[in-house]
Amino acid sequence: METAAPNYLLIIGGVLFVMLNVAAALIWVERRMLALWQDRYGPNRAGPFGLLIVAADSIKLFFKQDWVPPFSDKPVFVLAPAIVVVSVLLSFVVIPFAPGIIVADLNIGLLFFLAMSSMGAYSIILGGWASNNKYSLLGAMRGAAQMISYEVFMGLALMGVVLMAGSFNLREIVEAQRGLWFFIPQILGFVIFFIAGIAETHRLPFDIPEAESELIAGFHSEYSGMKFGMFFIGEYMGITLISCMLVTLYFGGWLGPDFLPPIVWFIIKVVAFLMIFILLRASMPRPRYDQLMEFGWKILLPLTLVNLMITAAVVLWLEG
Amino acid sequence: MELTFYFAAAVATLATIMTITRYNIIHALLYLVVSFLAVAVVFFTLGAPFMAALEVIIYAGAIVVLIIFVIMMLNLTHEDVDKEKEWLTPKVWVGPAILSLVLLAELAYIILAPDTQPTEALVAVDARLVGMSLYGPYMLGVQLCGILLMAGIVGAYHLGRQKKKVVHRFLQPKEERSAAI
Repeated sequence: METAAPNYLLIIGGVLFVMLNVAAALIWVERRMLALWQDRYGPNRAGPFGLLIVAADSIKLFFKQDWVPPFSDKPVFVLAPAIVVVSVLLSFVVIPFAPGIIVADLNIGLLFFLAMSSMGAYSIILGGWASNNKYSLLGAMRGAAQMISYEVFMGLALMGVVLMAGSFNLREIVEAQRGLWFFIPQILGFVIFFIAGIAETHRLPFDIPEAESELIAGFHSEYSGMKFGMFFIGEYMGITLISCMLVTLYFGGWLGPDFLPPIVWFIIKVVAFLMIFILLRASMPRPRYDQLMEFGWKILLPLTLVNLMITAAVVLWLEG
Repeated sequence: MELTFYFAAAVATLATIMTITRYNIIHALLYLVVSFLAVAVVFFTLGAPFMAALEVIIYAGAIVVLIIFVIMMLNLTHEDVDKEKEWLTPKVWVGPAILSLVLLAELAYIILAPDTQPTEALVAVDARLVGMSLYGPYMLGVQLCGILLMAGIVGAYHLGRQKKKVVHRFLQPKEERSAAI
């Protein structure tokens, strides 16, 4: 943990700067890619390729009236959007972007990630509850149930990786993937973690807490201006975080052939996963709420346990 | 590390006091979350990072979420807050407070008494050590917990089981539908 290198502050600032900008840029990327896959143009007026749409959007969000509903629970209402951004940003602390580029090389890095992602559930629940609105409350309840259930499989699916690497430290997990990336032996764990990750960030197809068509934006229907913007940014940073975790845990992190520097490999892999997230949104219908829960508890949970048992048995067999 | 310990302990104490004295239940639960997070920091400073992570994941991240989940469904309003205010008169809390103060004094005495000071230095207990002791000397406890949880799951499944409801008449079998018409 004593990695107080001279460029320590530089790393922290760099990670913060890059992550916040990635979240903003993703808005444009997502809209353009969705348009491409759905055979239309997407935003193409403001600036070259519509790039300035991000600036226009953020200016609009900043200048909108920041309305706090009089019937809401004000302190909780204001607190909720901050929680999601803080918890996601804190999770980036443990991600090893390249050798040496990591904010805190924690021994319990993976658990720290799980802890922070479970804190993220509060923003949905509190936001929905504090809005004091039936639709928001429904969204919040769905969100709470969904995130708690999927956290279980998420944690259990990750334990396969922990067993193989023998450590909770993300840097050591990446180092352990020299030779063979974990997505081959842990293919089941990878698929389950990916599905749980989508549910955890409540992205389409699992965006049931906000489901526009039934719940008119669910837990954030009362939010406006930059408070809504925080939920929005939190969601995009959430998918970046899950992509980073997928790359770190299953796709060898910064590892790759020598002709490119490690950080470039990391970025390439993360961008590939971000594209998959967007493609999923473009192509998948939303399941019903009870179908989602049933799928989780009746299919994913037994599969994760089987995966864990097989991994443990194989690791023991190889060792002894 | 010493200073962070005292800070975290102070935050935990304050947050817990706020938890007890809030009239609005959700606000009380939010303070409870802060208290759990502070206790996690206390664990961390005492050299138990694994326990700290578990404290956040399980207590702050799952159990309190479930409690809030239930509270949300109760649809508490301002009347409930007022009622709570009426209930919490000094007559109610003075008795338990005195008893707890006696316990606190005892605890302070035990900690400050010279012969009970811990002599060995702090040892960091990581995940590996926790696992070794859970599956070593405490094997029986782990097994018993497993059985208890299994019973809980089976019970919950039994309580939650319901007959499959048909939500749309076109999904009903044909005979039933014609009978209904």
